[in-house]
Amino acid sequence: MSALRPSPEMRRVLLVWLVLSVIATPLVVILLGPQLPPGAASDAAHGQQQDNTVMTAIVTPIIILLIVYFAYVLSAFKHRAEGEPEDGPPMRGDVSVMALWIGVTLTIVIFLAAWGAYELFPGETGAGGGQGPTPLAIATPADASTALPVQVIGQQWAWTFRYPTYGGVETTELVLPVNRQIRFTVTSIDVIHSFWALKLGVKADAVPNTSNVAFAKPVKLEASTVRCAELCGLWHGHMYAPLYVVTPARFLAWMAEQRSRWSPATRYLPPYATKYAPEPTYRAE
Amino acid sequence: MSFRRAGAIFSVTLVVCAGVLLGLYVTRFLEAAPPTVNAAAAGLRQSSLTLQTVAQVGHGETRDWVSYYARDPSGKWVHSTILRVPAHSLVHVTVYQYDTATGLRNPLWGQPRGIVGGVMYVNGKPLRVLNPELASHTFAIPDLGVSVPLEGVAEEAPNQCENAPCGLDKAHNTITFTFNSGAPGKYRWQCFVPCAAGFILGFGGPMQTIGYMDGTLEVV
Repeated sequence: MSALRPSPEMRRVLLVWLVLSVIATPLVVILLGPQLPPGAASDAAHGQQQDNTVMTAIVTPIIILLIVYFAYVLSAFKHRAEGEPEDGPPMRGDVSVMALWIGVTLTIVIFLAAWGAYELFPGETGAGGGQGPTPLAIATPADASTALPVQVIGQQWAWTFRYPTYGGVETTELVLPVNRQIRFTVTSIDVIHSFWALKLGVKADAVPNTSNVAFAKPVKLEASTVRCAELCGLWHGHMYAPLYVVTPARFLAWMAEQRSRWSPATRYLPPYATKYAPEPTYRAE
Repeated sequence: MSFRRAGAIFSVTLVVCAGVLLGLYVTRFLEAAPPTVNAAAAGLRQSSLTLQTVAQVGHGETRDWVSYYARDPSGKWVHSTILRVPAHSLVHVTVYQYDTATGLRNPLWGQPRGIVGGVMYVNGKPLRVLNPELASHTFAIPDLGVSVPLEGVAEEAPNQCENAPCGLDKAHNTITFTFNSGAPGKYRWQCFVPCAAGFILGFGGPMQTIGYMDGTLEVV
């Protein structure tokens, strides 16, 4: 007998599973989805939140099936008679069950692979990941040409941020104007770090002598923290910097203040470049 | 002796040996942790910290390692970077800097910040920025926004110190500055100069070890 013709018990399980899935999956999408990380503070973050919502929605019926089946088995298949329980009839291979199992899982896997590939080349939204020194045109936002360039420099153990279009000033906090595309150029001057601006949905490796480009457009005024996501030494856990998304007017005022504040050091900074190889690389004895 | 009794003796011996080894490990760990050095009182809501940076410790397994030292209130130099200062107070810091220059990988750290008036004093002379090539070390507490570069002594300076702690008769620069300790907490501090001689990028060994070029500031 094929298992595709379910027993009464299995019909009950499938019915309960179907009802609960029909109810729970939309609820997960509508209620839980907007609460999922990384939030919607930027276009890239919003895209990632949608991805997380899709995956959570896919996994919801699967989890419900496991719970319903487990609960049903626990309650329905208790040994109530006296004496030793007898083993059930052996289950042999069933082509239709295997075909169903392979078909369902293959469909899910192929769908997720296609979805993931599509999200890596998102056109205007920006995926938020590091795309290397020369991002593909297909993965570059349409307004990339007017994006604000911000260089992110990792060092043991601090982040600094350089604004090439504002005299090359370098700061210790990341301040960005809202509703403007940002082109992050991420690099390191010592070991490998990883620039992780969770709220912006940006995560890009900071590799010495390499420039790693990532895009994001902040759409909400907020304060958060950027961190290092690559184990980089003793104080890795303390390697963070404040992030503020502010109005364009506030950004300009802050920038003027920073240019004045850091003017003594700015004259010693090297000319802006996408990557740096500062001396010394090996301290002499 | 029965087999059972032999097994019991063996088990007890094993547990005792494991306990002794564990005790030795814990003791060694506790002994290895640098002691805490309190800042000296310097008036109402004020305290003073006196530090020195040396090119090499000069003794022990890490004799070649660069390091900070701290002076306790009795005037004794202690090999430690665990410092304790009172909260919401002005901390007057004096650093006797005995090492030669290495240079900053990021010239931004050549500008002192987070200190009173934005000015540090090098041998009594006010300075708002240090040529990054002249920096030997930095004293930085990132969470308090404090960062101060320390100017190195000239390579050709006579009478350079070889064994720590160093006396004031040895070639050195004296850097002074003041910062506000802020709210109670435990803050890390570190050097931003890749000053670990013999390590790739100068960032190994003492740059990764508390008690040398890294430490904690306990604000109480």
